[in-house]
Amino acid sequence: MNTELIIEKFKENFNSDILEITVKNYKRVTITIRPASIINVAGYLYKTTGFRFIIASALQTKKGFEIHYHFSKDTIGLVLNIHVFLDKDNPQIESLSNMFNASNWIEREIHELFGINFLNHPNQEKLISEGNWAEGFYPMRKEFK
Amino acid sequence: MSKKTLIPIGPYHPLQEEPELFKLYCDGEIVKDIKWETGYNHRGIEKLSESKTYEQIFFLVERICGICSTSHPFAFANAVEEIAGIEVTDRTKYIRSIIGELERIHSHLLWVGLAGHFLGYNTVFMWAWKYREPVLDLFEMISGNRNSYAMFKVGGVRRDIEMAKIPVIQKVLDDLKKKADMLTGAVMDDPVIHARIRGVGILTKQDIIDYGAVGPTARASGVAIDVRKDDPYAAYPLVNWKVITAQAGDVFAKAEVRLLEIHESISIIEQCLDGLKKEKEGDIAVKVKEIPEGIGIGRAEAPRGEVFHFVKSDGSNSPVRHKIRAPSYVNIATFKKSCIGQTIADATISLAAVDPCYCCTERMAVAYDLNSGDKIMNANELINVSVRKTNEIRKEIKSQL
Repeated sequence: MNTELIIEKFKENFNSDILEITVKNYKRVTITIRPASIINVAGYLYKTTGFRFIIASALQTKKGFEIHYHFSKDTIGLVLNIHVFLDKDNPQIESLSNMFNASNWIEREIHELFGINFLNHPNQEKLISEGNWAEGFYPMRKEFK
Repeated sequence: MSKKTLIPIGPYHPLQEEPELFKLYCDGEIVKDIKWETGYNHRGIEKLSESKTYEQIFFLVERICGICSTSHPFAFANAVEEIAGIEVTDRTKYIRSIIGELERIHSHLLWVGLAGHFLGYNTVFMWAWKYREPVLDLFEMISGNRNSYAMFKVGGVRRDIEMAKIPVIQKVLDDLKKKADMLTGAVMDDPVIHARIRGVGILTKQDIIDYGAVGPTARASGVAIDVRKDDPYAAYPLVNWKVITAQAGDVFAKAEVRLLEIHESISIIEQCLDGLKKEKEGDIAVKVKEIPEGIGIGRAEAPRGEVFHFVKSDGSNSPVRHKIRAPSYVNIATFKKSCIGQTIADATISLAAVDPCYCCTERMAVAYDLNSGDKIMNANELINVSVRKTNEIRKEIKSQL
């Protein structure tokens, strides 16, 4: 299965959920989707298409929060970024940890550092700063002027 | 409710890449549950990175891990060069791969030594670390440092490997080849080691996929993922080599994969040295003007598995977000599968099998009985449990012979 075919299939399955597709080259593709469809998209990639979950990167911009979920198709060296925009005041998204354990730690870490809430996470405790940092204080958050 | 004993492993060693505390909850000798605490030495490198320039970040990420100190700069260089669309010279590619593979050799030898130590094979420990020494000397010759080599920069490397140095490297590799052969034979053919680590700490293919484990941990369970092959970078597509896999998923399979990878690495370096001879000396960097806006993903295969760097640039001289994932981050989580249900003696080597920079065990905290608060075990005693088991097996096998 090559990158073009993967993108075609993805479009067929999630046409209404896709906001933008950026193809940098055949090994780096970013697809921006609606946050509500993350469970379906991750399930499709992990179970149907055989992608491996690498990690997720959260970041904050003036507009709000973003998460890049990085998936890898190792047979063709493709890294597929599933990109979501989250609400500025109440950032939350469905957890993927009930589907695969690989996202368990990183979701806890993002929750701890950015204050993004992962709904239905099996154990959303602090990962890094247990017992050390104040509640409700998120070290990686920025204040924009 | 049955009484459980808590055995903490860890947490703290300032030289260790991931200072962590593992809590083994044991019922008698059997490990019933495992929990961990991280963040004892959280250095905020991702945040720090946002305040450094691209040139400075190489020195910062090099300090994430002391043992595989070149894999992070490697992945970061890949990420930044992807943003800027930089194509490095062939000479740079060869030098980068040589450094990466020398590092793999010394890291795997270090692991073999430590694993031997935990099993009560101190001869293996002495051998492996002795053979590792000339590799570190090579690093000193090439870069000036035995560790944290500071070789990488955007668009190239900082130091060349001159013609005169090639025979010296070749000599060390020739010596190492014989020694690696001997070490591989000694470990793989030893009946006691077979009895001790075969069938211990098994991870199935499904466990690997579920936890997203990478590197030798994944390859020992038959999941043939290796960034050098899947998403080739540097000189890896220019040389012939194969991905080493094993099927069993136990500690023995992990040892087998690492030992055989040492041989592959030697072969890769030799081919890179041949490539180097054909390239013009001094052609080690390209001019970089500026890093444009965009996102870049850099991957590199560290000795422990895939290192992943995500860099978002806004066109200034430092990134706005730099996410780093080291391989142990996903590999350590597999302990939930590999350790539960085993004896404490086996847990020591199962934990070590993932190669989580295990120097922490040396400084293990004292354990307390959960109910009485009595002191139970310290670091050496835990290793002794493992050594005792090996000795018992040794006796058993001798009596059978």
